[in-house]
Amino acid sequence: MTNSNLSVQSVSKRFSAQKAVDDVSFSLEPGERVALLGHNGAGKTTLFKIILGFLKRDGGAISVLGAAPGSSPARNATAYLPEAVAFPPSLTGKEVLSFYARLKGQKPAKALPLLDKVGLSEAAGRRVGTYSKGMRQRLGLAQALVGRPRLVLLDEPTTGLDPISRQTVYELIGEIADQGATVLLSSHALTELEARTDRILIMSKGRLVADDALSSLREQAGLPIRMKIRTRPGAVQEVAAQLGGGRMNGRSVEFDCGLDDKIKALTAISALGSLVEDVDVHAPSLDDVYRHFSKTVQKEA
Amino acid sequence: MLSRIWTIAAQEIRIGIRNRWILLATLILAVFSLALALLGSAPAGTLGVDRLTITVASLASLSVYLVPLIALLLAFDAICGEIDRGTLLMTLSCPISRTEFLAGKALGHTLVLTFALVIGYGLTAALLVTLGAGSVAGLPDFVRLIATSVLLGVSFLAIGYVLSALTRQPGTAAAAAIAVWLIMVVLYDLALLGALVANPSGTFASDLFPYAVLLNPADAFRLFNLAALGASELVGGMAGVSDSLPFDPAFALVSLTVFAALALSLSALLIRRITP
Repeated sequence: MTNSNLSVQSVSKRFSAQKAVDDVSFSLEPGERVALLGHNGAGKTTLFKIILGFLKRDGGAISVLGAAPGSSPARNATAYLPEAVAFPPSLTGKEVLSFYARLKGQKPAKALPLLDKVGLSEAAGRRVGTYSKGMRQRLGLAQALVGRPRLVLLDEPTTGLDPISRQTVYELIGEIADQGATVLLSSHALTELEARTDRILIMSKGRLVADDALSSLREQAGLPIRMKIRTRPGAVQEVAAQLGGGRMNGRSVEFDCGLDDKIKALTAISALGSLVEDVDVHAPSLDDVYRHFSKTVQKEA
Repeated sequence: MLSRIWTIAAQEIRIGIRNRWILLATLILAVFSLALALLGSAPAGTLGVDRLTITVASLASLSVYLVPLIALLLAFDAICGEIDRGTLLMTLSCPISRTEFLAGKALGHTLVLTFALVIGYGLTAALLVTLGAGSVAGLPDFVRLIATSVLLGVSFLAIGYVLSALTRQPGTAAAAAIAVWLIMVVLYDLALLGALVANPSGTFASDLFPYAVLLNPADAFRLFNLAALGASELVGGMAGVSDSLPFDPAFALVSLTVFAALALSLSALLIRRITP
């Protein structure tokens, strides 16, 4: 535990009637890219604010690189990009970055190459007011990278970005993690996280309901694979009978099968020969996994 | 610490230049003071008092209205506006303390105000001196006017920060700032005047009135400046007021300074309690 960049233990926070964060525990190691998922109001931003020391926790313990949240050693090593930041529109990108570099005790000249890195070198002299949403978000990311932080907290860094900008953001996140920093990012755009994060935390109604790699979460959820078989005209009944059921839908037969039965089912389908025209195999996506874990909590509640 | 305060201050000044706030404030002060100097003092030519000194007396009255207004407009957005835009979260996640942040804002805004006063009023002084209408002897009065105007500005900047820390929306803070200006600069005087007229020889007029003037930074500012001008009997609306005061007019300066210090401390206290 001592070498964790961030350790959160049984942290709770209550706002008058509602538990915003309820007994959350996890720890993040150096070099990890971790996604914090949850619907709006699940407690992600509240958790970030507690980790940064802006909000007091009601209970539990937090250690940011061995220091208390909000203390100056913690703030020196932490970078944060809030959701939806509006930089002063009359300043240029270069001026905004220099400002944050100075606040972090860095020489602006050393921070300016970061603008190249996020693809803003040509727009550096333009006013932020003229920037697109993607450019502003990349400027925010450049700000978060000043001074090589060891813990980077990004609150919905890709919300509202086009696919290309999102890819740039994830490439940058990968680079930061490769330098040994821990990246914790919140998101509700789920599918784009596949293969881009090492671990996924899912929050629902203030509680942490899942904490694992995506593939393990898939296994834990035990969600079925959906098969959709398109048959030859008029052969729907026959195919359904041969496969032992399933829903019939025009010329298609649909049925669910477990992960272990996947090959068996595919063999059975290929044995049908010319009765089958096409097969769709739909593995559970991150969306499905996420829905599964959020639902379990709602049922319990 | 100092470099972080200066970073915030420099950012405020840069924004003030870019959105033409500094230009506008300077222009307003220059236009009004030139108008007062060139038109207002025309009938005073026979009084045998230096024109620069007479102008300083009119400018003191101008400062009472304009400086608090400019200061409140500079300050009301300082905290709640940054919360609204999300920049306070980002700034305070950097290794800077909240007191340093506020000190930086105050320094930046004070410098903006000082610049506007020096250039705006300075143009008037320069014009009067080159026209031969004023002598260099009046310059100390001018310097005192600008210095105390800055102090008056700091008092109202601090009031602006307090309002900004107490409200969540910039719109609410702006409305509160205008209300404060109206009450402290306009209505307070009217109320005092009304009470004085209603009973000119009562205990209020003799015992309470001088201290009521002392409590309001705008009135304290005017009292000090008019009393400090030797010619206040000739030019001031509050003719001879310094002779009838139960205290030395320098107390007005002390009161102004204490007010600014208290209001700044209050805003520093309030910003600690904020969740950005």
